[in-house]
Amino acid sequence: MNMHGTLRLALNALIRNRTRSLLTMLGIIIGVAAVIVTVAIGAGARESVQAQIDSLGSNMIVVLPGSVTLGGARSGSGGASTLTPEDGMAIAKLPDVAAVSPSVTVRAQVVAGNNNWQTSVVGVAPTYTFIRSWPLASGIFISENDVLSATKICVLGQTVVQNLFPDGSSPLGRVVIIKGVPFTVVGTLSPLGQSGLGQDQDDTVLVPYTSAMQRLSGQTTVNALTISASDATHVAAVQQEVTALLEERHRIVPPQPDDFFVRNLQDIAAAASSTGAVMEFLLAGVAAVSLIVGGIGIMNIMMVSVTERTREIGLRMAVGARGRVILNQFLTESMVLATAGGLLGVVCGLVGTMLVALLAHWPMLIPPVWIALSVFFSAMVGVFFGYYPARKAAALRPIDALRFE
Amino acid sequence: MSVVVVQNLRKHYPMGEADVVGLDGVTLTIESGEFVAVMGPSGSGKSTFMHIVGLLDEPTSGRYAFEGSDVTSLSADERADIRSRRLGFVFQSYNLLPRTTALENVELPMIYAGVSEPKRERIALEKMDLVGVAHLREHNSNQMSGGQQQRVAIARSLVNEPALILADEPTGALDTKSSKDVMELFAKLNEEHGKTILIVTHEPDVAAYAKRVVTFRDGCIVSDERRAERAA
Ligand SMILES: Nc1ncnc2c1ncn2[C@@H]1O[C@H](COP(=O)(O)OP(=O)(O)O)[C@@H](O)[C@H]1O
Ligand SMILES: [Mg+2]
Repeated sequence: MNMHGTLRLALNALIRNRTRSLLTMLGIIIGVAAVIVTVAIGAGARESVQAQIDSLGSNMIVVLPGSVTLGGARSGSGGASTLTPEDGMAIAKLPDVAAVSPSVTVRAQVVAGNNNWQTSVVGVAPTYTFIRSWPLASGIFISENDVLSATKICVLGQTVVQNLFPDGSSPLGRVVIIKGVPFTVVGTLSPLGQSGLGQDQDDTVLVPYTSAMQRLSGQTTVNALTISASDATHVAAVQQEVTALLEERHRIVPPQPDDFFVRNLQDIAAAASSTGAVMEFLLAGVAAVSLIVGGIGIMNIMMVSVTERTREIGLRMAVGARGRVILNQFLTESMVLATAGGLLGVVCGLVGTMLVALLAHWPMLIPPVWIALSVFFSAMVGVFFGYYPARKAAALRPIDALRFE
Repeated sequence: MSVVVVQNLRKHYPMGEADVVGLDGVTLTIESGEFVAVMGPSGSGKSTFMHIVGLLDEPTSGRYAFEGSDVTSLSADERADIRSRRLGFVFQSYNLLPRTTALENVELPMIYAGVSEPKRERIALEKMDLVGVAHLREHNSNQMSGGQQQRVAIARSLVNEPALILADEPTGALDTKSSKDVMELFAKLNEEHGKTILIVTHEPDVAAYAKRVVTFRDGCIVSDERRAERAA
């Protein structure tokens, strides 16, 4: 019998037992829907991290303080206070470096009139908005002059604007108190939204880094140096030059570990997405298990079906069907069943994905190859788990099948 | 030509200590064009004999030649191919596929024999017309009487132009009137179309349609009578 005939026979048999077919497919449907939603969440997250990095500019490099060793115990990254603004100035003189800005970060309660808000106050250089490609929404930014004389001015992120000036009045020219020190608002930043890691980037106040060091942190070191390479192709070279320069400035001789880390954004993104990948892997494992459970469900029903239709099998054999043909018939049936389950699972997965995207405001992306893969694997599950019952049907002796009560 | 030549056929069913004897040394020849009725009490081995002759079952010992070639030790596939091309079956319980039209049921053997679709339909309708059920082509089995279902089953047994039609108690589930119709149909197929027919029954009125009556008892043939004219 040809493929088309076998397929039609299988479809007829499944349509005849509509409810049972649907219940049998349920395991596969759930498994495939889980795969689709998982993949959509993972791919969406990765995509948004990548979009963020692209918007930050792929030529950004970050230098962080390294660990320190105190009596044999090493602190983690950032534990050391080794980076200074002077390191930044030295880096700025390197070829291929477009701009450098230190960051001095302080958590602080910021007060404006009756409103107050806990946020991160970051001391930066005038180059910071250029490095981050972060345009102003209003007013002006920190100037060289502000850095030189450590003026008490600040620029507010949109989240801070909304919380300190909820009436919608312009914050420009107003005074906010940070750790008891009055700062005049000279500008506001345009909204950036969440970072790929779920942080609200607009929840920040920028001040000149000198002001932050002298009036807020009271330290002579900075939390990070943010560098913009003149071109994305120079990132690796700049990383090496910065490393060499800082080793020299910090008098580190090779066997000694560096007291700083130089990272480009791609590294950071890779780290973030590798944690995501572990998550995805686990969820994919769960999905695979439910596909297997679905497959066992199919095997179960196919066994029942073979038993129920023993006399039919006997008749088909009596009128000339070879065992192989009977095997194909049942195998096709379980494959059609599983594939239909896979297709329904894709539909459920797409609907689920849209719901998650809508309700959780999570960026979702479904690579089409996953849809194809899901359906393909469902079909394979059908073949794999359908084989045993089909074999059982094909191996029946015609006489035993015909006499079966 | 001899359609069936069996020699010393034995069939034992292993059942714990002692074997159950189905056939105990049966030797018989059926020539082309014969209409043979196999009679005997229940449990005498009639069905066992028919299943072996129909290549649905294998003997424990003995030889079987079908249409001149030895079929005693063929593979399952080879037996399926002979059933597909050279044998037709009619069962007591009709054995039509459920939720399938009469036409599709009649076409079934041709599907496995690899006959093309338009040809299948043409031949199926031809045979349904011959047995008088062409008007039932779109009816499912639950929409037909027993007699009608058995006629559809007979049409199905004819589509591959078999060398031998085997019918195990074909009237066993039918009322007297339908029984008579079905047996007259077999007689017509034998006389007008030259079909070789082997029919199993335990009813003398049914056997009366045949031209030769073979009687079984305890797995052995106890009598083999030929008649010049059929009795019914
Ligand atoms: N599959 C089987 N297993 C065991 N014994 C069987 C089987 N088939 C038939 N027999 C036995 O073989 C004998 C002949 O049976 P059968 O050919 O069906 O008789 P009939 O058709 O003449 O009534 C009986 O004793 C029956 O019990
Ligand atoms: Mg019997």
